[in-house]
Amino acid sequence: MNLTLRIWRQPSADADGQMVTYQVTDVSGDMSFLEMLDILNEDLILRGEEPVAFDHDCREGICGSCGMVINGQAHGPERTTTCQLHMRQFADGDVIDIEPWRAGAFPVVKDLVVDRSAFDRIIQAGGYITAPTGTAPDAHAVPVPKPDADSAFNNATCIGCGACVAACPNGSAMLFTSAKINHLNVLPQGQPERESRVLNMITTMDEAGFGGCTNTGECASACPKGIPLASIARMNREFLRATRKVGR
Amino acid sequence: MSKKVGSYTVGDDIVDTKAPSGPVQERWDARRFGAKLVNPANRRKHRVIVVGTGLAGGSAGATLAEQGYHVIQFCYQDSPRRAHSVAAQGGINAAKNYRNDGDSVYRLFYDTVKGGDFRSRESNVYRLAQVSVEIIDQCVAQGVPFAREYGGLLDNRSFGGVQVSRTFYARGQTGQQLLLGAYQALSRQIDAGNVEMHPRTEMLDLIVIDGRARGIVARDLVTGEISTYLADAVVLASGGYGNTFYLSTNAKGSNATAIWRAHKRGAHFANPCYTQIHPTCIPRSGDHQSKLTLMSESLRNDGRIWVPKKKGDTRSPEQIPEDERDYYLERIYPSFGNLVPRDVASRAAKNVCDEGRGVGPGGLGVYLDFADAIARMGRDKVAEKYGNLFEMYERITAEDPYRVPMRIYPAIHYTMGGLWVDYDLQSTIPGMFVIGEANFSDHGANRLGASALMQGLADGYFVLPATINDYLARGGFEAVEPDDPAITTTVAEVQDRIKRLLAVDGDRTVDSFHRELGTLMWDECGMARSAEGLKKALRRIPELREEFWQRVKVPGTGYELNQSLEKANRVADFLELAELMCLDALHREESCGGHFRLESQTEDGEAERDDENFSYVAAWEYTGVGEPPVLHKENLDFEYVHPTLRSYA
Repeated sequence: MNLTLRIWRQPSADADGQMVTYQVTDVSGDMSFLEMLDILNEDLILRGEEPVAFDHDCREGICGSCGMVINGQAHGPERTTTCQLHMRQFADGDVIDIEPWRAGAFPVVKDLVVDRSAFDRIIQAGGYITAPTGTAPDAHAVPVPKPDADSAFNNATCIGCGACVAACPNGSAMLFTSAKINHLNVLPQGQPERESRVLNMITTMDEAGFGGCTNTGECASACPKGIPLASIARMNREFLRATRKVGR
Repeated sequence: MSKKVGSYTVGDDIVDTKAPSGPVQERWDARRFGAKLVNPANRRKHRVIVVGTGLAGGSAGATLAEQGYHVIQFCYQDSPRRAHSVAAQGGINAAKNYRNDGDSVYRLFYDTVKGGDFRSRESNVYRLAQVSVEIIDQCVAQGVPFAREYGGLLDNRSFGGVQVSRTFYARGQTGQQLLLGAYQALSRQIDAGNVEMHPRTEMLDLIVIDGRARGIVARDLVTGEISTYLADAVVLASGGYGNTFYLSTNAKGSNATAIWRAHKRGAHFANPCYTQIHPTCIPRSGDHQSKLTLMSESLRNDGRIWVPKKKGDTRSPEQIPEDERDYYLERIYPSFGNLVPRDVASRAAKNVCDEGRGVGPGGLGVYLDFADAIARMGRDKVAEKYGNLFEMYERITAEDPYRVPMRIYPAIHYTMGGLWVDYDLQSTIPGMFVIGEANFSDHGANRLGASALMQGLADGYFVLPATINDYLARGGFEAVEPDDPAITTTVAEVQDRIKRLLAVDGDRTVDSFHRELGTLMWDECGMARSAEGLKKALRRIPELREEFWQRVKVPGTGYELNQSLEKANRVADFLELAELMCLDALHREESCGGHFRLESQTEDGEAERDDENFSYVAAWEYTGVGEPPVLHKENLDFEYVHPTLRSYA
């Protein structure tokens, strides 16, 4: 199939950006979206133009690197990562808009590449369990009931891609932050730092410039790993509980 | 450039690996007790560089920082959480014997030495098995959500090459969950100021001063700035080099640059030809393919592998009656069946496809069929165990694996070779340590499933933090002047290379060279190798390298985010490393593990080892691009697990 792409081009963080139109031909339905961009880039290089910069790495839907807004939707029309979106979702002659994640807390680095380091800072504020290496008790010493383990796991599947932020009209990082809090706070291992974790992570999230949550629900419908909207409600509950207990 | 293709010289044997003698069970304790310690107050005076943030690098950075060292750490991704360990699916082994099925540290040791086709070191493998038990404890304490039974205890499954259930798993995302555990521990240390983290930064060279590793030269991938970082020791945890083949299951950014440049500065490269081919990969769909996607080996627990009995049978699978199907693994290897090790399963798939019985486009595929499992356990149970993998398969192939069998084919997956290290994980350059897939020591010629995660975390959490103390405690670290000639020369060489890449301005893209190299490597140094094919590759690679430096086109400048330049830098290294891989494969006139020489097979087509002549590690010393390297042999002794025919029948 032949496609028209309209791609956000921005040479660097402080340069102005604009949408630029490109044509790609002979696209096969078996290609992933990123493979289609590879072909465009090969063509651009040979024509002496700058290829489009975009983040990608594992191309298996798990590293969370790739992210772009396709026709207004984070990661495109299917609920998956961009690397796992295949061109059979599109039709010959389609016009496709491709933009970077747009959020105040994710500044554009170049073209479709954004800086998501704010996510790392949120994790650094408490998204861990303080377990010194080499002194852990036997793994069977603390059983975890299966429902709790499953609930922790479902939240732990977050890949930190940032689609939730990109999809949210407020640029909120609530779904990302709640996923980690709910992963750790539900486990017995996570109890000692349960309150400080939620308080510190939410403070850091706010400081990074993410917006608040107005229950629009776009985040959960864009999440390629299916983190549910209820995670946010649960985080809010953890937050209230912690403020009462700690008295902050 | 001299034309001494296919040749090498033989240097001195490596006699001392620093492994303590005595009973294998006591060696690690003996080494730990013998190692000098650094007192806690002095640790903060030492700076350690860690390159890479995967399971090995992440766990090492977190642990060293926790011990009190100042860690300077690097990754090329935008966040340390994205290292390629994140993609490992199946599980991690540990000799916990929680199933009471006869497992033990000794059995894990035995299976791993045998599975590695008797080309790994007994001392290292025993230590790995010993430490495996602690890894699970550590990860559970960190909150890694392993699969659990209803009673709350940890669940297990079995993996290829073994007959016990010792694999701990977190659905099909074990790598991600273990990596997040290490990343979170690392994040805590970053916040505490003990780790200075540099994401989107790539190591381009090693700084060696007075014969010791003292720092690295790195490029900030956003600004293009070249900087030097100095330390008392350097740890490389930069992963494997499977992307030499272009199409592989590695992340696109996985590269050999850190280890290859260190090799050029004096670190020996061991067993470069040992490449693991993974049997359960989704077959490629066309020339546009940029990488291959693996289906977890755990699928072989319940899926049955078959091809039609008849050659050229193009009927759809449901039209092929039971008695016209060949469940070839169950037929040839009745006691292990579909769970034979990866090298055996891969080769068997290649054989049936070579016979013309392969399925799917081009006949390069075999069926992995869940019909029996669905009939036995029900669709829901199958979905619970493997649902995410099935979904991934459907997305990529547009076929529903609940209704039609999956198609799989072998693909390049993991490199068992890497930089040579001693028992302390130190390379031949003092002060440079190499851990995880970047080193060579534990897997031999073949890696059993669920043991890469084990090795990465063993090295990072437990082994390196114990051995590096000894090196640091011995001291003698003179302050390095920033204008030391070793630094200025190394930086100049790095800058010169970037300038040269940008100046060529030819007419071929970096990817076109990479694809051509990859095809050549897969054809001649892939699942089956012959002297003739390897010699052909050894003639072609230098020509391709020459052409690269004359015709490559890298747009843009060095002072910005330039992904073409990043790739060019890496492909330039693959073009050199590929030659060493072929040379190593050519000189090893035997078959073992992932290295299958057509000239060395038994009558029924199994790999034929030659212990008499090749029971050694081949450690190569660099002498110049295209120059004959020097081969140093480290003989392997097997005191406990005696080399036998590796039978899985």
